[in-house]
Amino acid sequence: MAHLVRSSKTFYGGVHPAEYKGASEHLPIEILPLPHKVVLPLSQHLGAPSAPCVKVSDTVKTGQKIADAAGFISVPLHASITGTVTAIGAFPHPNGRRMEAIVIEGNGTDEKEPAMSMHDPLSLDNSPLKQAVIAAGIVGLGGAAFPTHVKLSPPKEKTLDLLIINGCECEPYLTCDNRIMIEQADRIVEGIRLLKKILCLKKAVVGIENNKPEAAQSLAKASAADPEISVIVIKTKYPQGGEKQLIKSLTGREVPPPPALPMDAGVVVHNVATCIAVRDAVVDGTPCYQRVLTVSGDAIATPKNLLVRNGTLLSDIIAFCGGTAPNLKKVVIGGPMMGIAAVTIDVPVLKATSGLLFLSEKCAISYAESSCIRCGSCVRACPMGLAPSTLCGLVKKRRWDSLKEEGALECIECGSCAYSCPARIPLVQYIKIGKAELNARARKK
Amino acid sequence: MLAVGPSPHLARSDDTQRIMLSVVIALVPAIAASIVFFGFDSIRVLALTIAACVVFEKVFLKLFKNEGRIDDWSAVVTGILLAFNLPASSPWWLILTGSLVAMLLGKHIYGGLGHNPFNPALIARIFLLISWPTCMTSFPKTRFMADGISSATPLGILKTDGLAKLQASLGGSPFNLALGNVPGSLGEISALAIFIGALYLFYKGYIRWHIPAAFIGTVFAFTGIFYLAQPETYASPVFHVFAGGLFLGAFFMATDMVTTPITSAGMLLFGFGCGLITSVIRLWGGYPEGVAFSILIMNAFTPLIDRYVKPARFGKIKSRKP
Repeated sequence: MAHLVRSSKTFYGGVHPAEYKGASEHLPIEILPLPHKVVLPLSQHLGAPSAPCVKVSDTVKTGQKIADAAGFISVPLHASITGTVTAIGAFPHPNGRRMEAIVIEGNGTDEKEPAMSMHDPLSLDNSPLKQAVIAAGIVGLGGAAFPTHVKLSPPKEKTLDLLIINGCECEPYLTCDNRIMIEQADRIVEGIRLLKKILCLKKAVVGIENNKPEAAQSLAKASAADPEISVIVIKTKYPQGGEKQLIKSLTGREVPPPPALPMDAGVVVHNVATCIAVRDAVVDGTPCYQRVLTVSGDAIATPKNLLVRNGTLLSDIIAFCGGTAPNLKKVVIGGPMMGIAAVTIDVPVLKATSGLLFLSEKCAISYAESSCIRCGSCVRACPMGLAPSTLCGLVKKRRWDSLKEEGALECIECGSCAYSCPARIPLVQYIKIGKAELNARARKK
Repeated sequence: MLAVGPSPHLARSDDTQRIMLSVVIALVPAIAASIVFFGFDSIRVLALTIAACVVFEKVFLKLFKNEGRIDDWSAVVTGILLAFNLPASSPWWLILTGSLVAMLLGKHIYGGLGHNPFNPALIARIFLLISWPTCMTSFPKTRFMADGISSATPLGILKTDGLAKLQASLGGSPFNLALGNVPGSLGEISALAIFIGALYLFYKGYIRWHIPAAFIGTVFAFTGIFYLAQPETYASPVFHVFAGGLFLGAFFMATDMVTTPITSAGMLLFGFGCGLITSVIRLWGGYPEGVAFSILIMNAFTPLIDRYVKPARFGKIKSRKP
C-alpha cells in the first residue's frame, strides 16, 4: 500500500522496557456484561469537574446526560447503564482519593437515550459536528483525558497544517488500541475524516509503532480511499506515544516548552480511540460512556481486551476475567509506566482508563532507593532533554528557583528516568512533587 | 493488602549491585594478566587489598550510620582498582594504609557511595605515592624478564634516563608494552587485558566511549605532535598510549560514574582534560606518569562541567512549517 510508510526518524532518549503485550495482543475485543452498578466520578478529565444535573432516585437511561460541563475546559458526563441514581457523593477514585461521583444501580435493561444521528456528516458545516463532540463528553482516550473539543478549537492566530493520529500504544502490556486498529479500522478512519473536517485540515498521518504490523496494515487498508491519510510505522520505543515525541518522530518539529502547545508546531494530536468516540458521537449520536481497555498482568486468570462501560468497578472486571492469583501484589490503573497503583479494587474505570494490570510480587517493583551513582542513565533516557538526577537533587534541597530554571515544568512525567535508574530512585515522583510545588507557588503570586 | 507506590511500575533489571559486579567481571582479564606476570605476589596484593577495602567499608558504613549496602560490590571494585595501582612487591602495611585512605578519605568522609568527588582508589594511590615514593616506584620485573631485581617502569626510564635508554630497555618490541611484559604496577601493565575487560562494559552499556576515546585520543595527538617535531627527544605517541596506566585509567578509572560528568559532551570534555594533563606531566612534569593526577584534577572539575554542559532540552528547534 502506497501510503504505508516506514520511518526510522525518532526522538532523542527514551527506553525499551519489555513489552509484555503477548498475553493480550491477539485476543479479540470482548464485551463485558452490563454491570449492576456504576460509579461515575465527576472528575474524569483534566479541567473543572462536571456539575450533576440529576438527583438521587432519578431514573436514567444509557447515554443520558447526568452532569454538565462546568466551563470550557470541562466535559459533560453520561449515564453508562440504565437504572436509578442511588447516590451522589464522595467515593474512592482511581487517583487514591475520595471524589464526588454519581452512582447508578442498573435495572438489568440497557435502554438507550434517543440519539440524534447524522446522515453524511462530512457534507455538513463544522459547527454541528463540533457541537456533537462537545455534547458527547469526549476526552483524550489515550490516557491524558484532556477534553477533546478544546483541541478542536484552535485560536484563530494558530495555523495548523497536519492532524496526527496517535496509534503508538507505547506503554507495555496495553493492547486495546492495537485491537481497535485491527478490528475497527473503518470507524477510526471515519473519525479521522471527521476530525480533519472539524479542524479544516487536509492531511492526517497515523503514527504506529513497528511492533503492531497487523494494526498498521489494517489502518492502511481502511484509509486507502483517502489519499490524504497516511500511516507511518515508527520505531518501538517508549514514550513514542508521548504527544511531543510523536510529533518529533513524524514531522521533525519540536513543540516549544510550555505554555506552548502542539498547535504552536502546526499540529493537533488525537488518539485512535478518540477517533472512534468522535465518529460514534457524530454519526450515531452516542456519547462517550464506554471504551475498550486491556486487562493483563501475571496475576489475572485470563487477560482480555474488553469493551466496558464507564464507571464499572474493578471488582466486576476481575470477576469476568476469572479472578486474581493469590500472589497478587499490585493493581495498576493505566499502563505500567504512567499508571496509578490502586489502593482498592472498589474503584471505577474512567473514560481514559486504557488498562488494568494485575501484577504479582515478581512483576511489581518497589523502590528501595539507594544513593545516586551519577551513572547518567536518566539523562540519556529523558525524552525532554532534562537531567532528572539534577532535578531530583534540587527537589530534595527545596531549591525551587533552580528547579524551574532546570526545566522541571517541561517534564512530561513519562517515567523513563525512574525506569532506567539503577539506584531505584523514584525520580519522576520527586519531579512531580517539585512541579506541584512550583505550580502552587505560581498560583500564590 | 495491595501494594501502592509511584509509577513507573517497571524498572530495568540492572541495578547498582549488578553494575558494580559487572565491573568486577570486566576486571578479571587484567587480574589474570597480573597473575601471569607477577605470580603469587599478585594474588597476595589483590586478596589483601580487596579484603581490607571490604572490611573498612563495613566499618565506616556502621560508624557513619550510612544506610548503604555492603553487598553492592563497590568496595570490591575499589579494592581491585587500588591493588592495580600498587607494585606487586607492596608490603602489607602499605596495602592496609592505602585501603584505609581509599575508604575513609576517598569515600566515606563524603557520605559514601555516590557522594565522593574523587576516585577513591586514585586518592589512595596518590597518598601512598607522596608518602612512600620508594615503595610506590620500585617495581619487580615480570616473571618473563631476566633477573628478579626491581626496576623502573618504561615511563620512569624515559623520564630519568631519556629516550635512548628507553629504546634499549624495550628491546625494540612494542608487543611487550601492549601485552604487559614490562615493569609496572599490578594492573596497569597489560593494555590488552584491560581493553578486553572494557569491551564487556561497553557491551553492557555501563561505560561509554566518550571518556576513553577523548582521553587516549588526546594523549596520542598531543604526544604525537611533539614526536613529529622532535623524534630524537620525544617518545612516539604509540609508546605513550600503551605505556603506564593510560589504559587502566582511561577505561576503568576515568569512567567511574560517580566522579565524572553525566552528559556525553561533558564526558568528552573530561576525557580531553585528562589527556591534556597526562601528556603535560609525562613530557615536562616532575613525575614520569600523569594519569592518576590528571583524573583527580578532572574529578575536581566534574561539578563545574555538569553545571555548564547540559543536555539539549527538547523544544529548542523552532521549526514550524515543512
